[in-house]
Amino acid sequence: MPLLVLILSSIIKIVIIVHLLLIGVMAMIWSERRVSGWMQDRLGPNRVGPQGLLQPIADGLKFMFKEDLIPDHVDKPLYVLAPAMLLVPALVTVAVVPFGNAITLFGYEIPLQIADVNIGILYVLAITSLGVYGVVLGAWASNNKYSLLGGLRSSAQMISYELTLGLAIIGVLMLTSSLSLRTIAVEQGAYPWQWNFLIHFPAFLAFTTAMYAETNRLPFDLAEAEQELVAGYHTEYSSMKFAMFFMAEYMNMIVGSAVTVTLFLGGWHFFGLENVGGPVWSGLISFGIFFVKTAIFLFVFIWVRWTLPRFRYDQLMNFGWKFLLPVALTSIVVTGILWIATGSRLIVGIGNVIAAFIVVSIVAGLLVMNKTPEPAIQDSNRQITPSALDAIE
Amino acid sequence: MNPEQILFIFFGAISLIGAIAVISFRHPIYSALSLIVTFFAQAGLFVLLGAHFVAAVQVIVYAGAIMVLFLFVIMLLNLGTLSAQGAIGGKLKGFAIILGILLAAEGIYIAMNALNDTAVASAEAAAESVTTTTYDIGELLFTKYLLPFEVTSLILLAALIGVIVLVKREGQEEN
Repeated sequence: MPLLVLILSSIIKIVIIVHLLLIGVMAMIWSERRVSGWMQDRLGPNRVGPQGLLQPIADGLKFMFKEDLIPDHVDKPLYVLAPAMLLVPALVTVAVVPFGNAITLFGYEIPLQIADVNIGILYVLAITSLGVYGVVLGAWASNNKYSLLGGLRSSAQMISYELTLGLAIIGVLMLTSSLSLRTIAVEQGAYPWQWNFLIHFPAFLAFTTAMYAETNRLPFDLAEAEQELVAGYHTEYSSMKFAMFFMAEYMNMIVGSAVTVTLFLGGWHFFGLENVGGPVWSGLISFGIFFVKTAIFLFVFIWVRWTLPRFRYDQLMNFGWKFLLPVALTSIVVTGILWIATGSRLIVGIGNVIAAFIVVSIVAGLLVMNKTPEPAIQDSNRQITPSALDAIE
Repeated sequence: MNPEQILFIFFGAISLIGAIAVISFRHPIYSALSLIVTFFAQAGLFVLLGAHFVAAVQVIVYAGAIMVLFLFVIMLLNLGTLSAQGAIGGKLKGFAIILGILLAAEGIYIAMNALNDTAVASAEAAAESVTTTTYDIGELLFTKYLLPFEVTSLILLAALIGVIVLVKREGQEEN
């Protein structure tokens, strides 16, 4: 492929993907509010445009035309920088996500991916681990107690759950023996039982849970717990800067779902739709499959939000370190041993589930045996909530 | 100048500016941020050397984890702006001067060596013969460097146990 074609196709892909991501954010905001309304048996926004579809545009215009307020007491450079530091990692992670098979145009085969880096998944982990700076710096620069508490909670939470996020995918990497996201997607077949989520079911659950924590979504949204911290780390932000925090959150959700689909849910594969259409259509169909899978996963995000209540801070830490981390570690050991010993994906899959069940039972048993009195009861007559106390300590 | 050289100068300059900013800023949070910029630029330099894995690990470990903890501690202790006397002064001054001279001597020595043509040629030859993929690093770690690798993991384990012991003792005192 000549250099010119490579550069041109890359630029076109970047423009399309970034716009899709921005439109995706708008679609997510709309569906979040409408689905929330539907789940709570109320209407949700339905006035602007058909079915309220233009509501995100109205909101966006409002954000842009609002006065760009910078409070007096903030640390100005960091206050301005923080939303950008959250938004940029969210935008650049998508570069390595393969969102479809290849399209053949004018005799050139163009893979539907901005960059196939050979350390793809490490790149994703590296960039997502930087998202925490936006939250922490925004919180600190706001010079506000609630913001700072939110930022501290968020950084502790992200560091704890990042470990699980990284360890849970090692089983997948061992069986694929590649770090490239495209290779991982190609290795999974067309049928659901060939996808990684069945072979590494406990790791899949651990990864998904950790991803919810990394994106600060309920039940892990302690960083912006409205009842305790006003709005957490973005309390002092308004107009477009506030919008940037929200766009980054939704972009993280979209990219996280796309990465999960690539790693565990077979990427763009779906049986019966493999070789439909010509060289252009098969590529577009593969993109469509990927899109639908990501959309379903995003719907689960909203679903979980209205299903599970928020964790208390100590519950969050207990869950992350005592359940998720052991499950992820066990999946590495079991996958490695069974894969070398038998070489059968079926046995690896069954072994993983049994091992995770045993580990969770042991941990739960130990916790019940060493049960200490609930901190919430001891602190019930204090003015400050136990989770805030933990965050201060 | 080829693109690689331009990128090298770009990342090298950012790395140096970041490093100078670390010691120039009076506020610890800004210093920590400058250090993150330096780590990033160094990751860029690793990519230029073809060591993609090292670059990713550099960002994950240093920029993603260690510096977050640094910021966490700075915020928890609520460290204010440091005065010039507080930063470098007292007993540490002599020590700092000695270390500075040593570092400068080291830098000059390396620069003199690098200007030597044969050294450049041999470094280029070495760089061309080695392709460092993740696979290569893994194989080297588990064959040639197995003992250092295992010793490192033992040291990490000791640190881990140390942390748990320290935390446990503190908890019992509270009770």
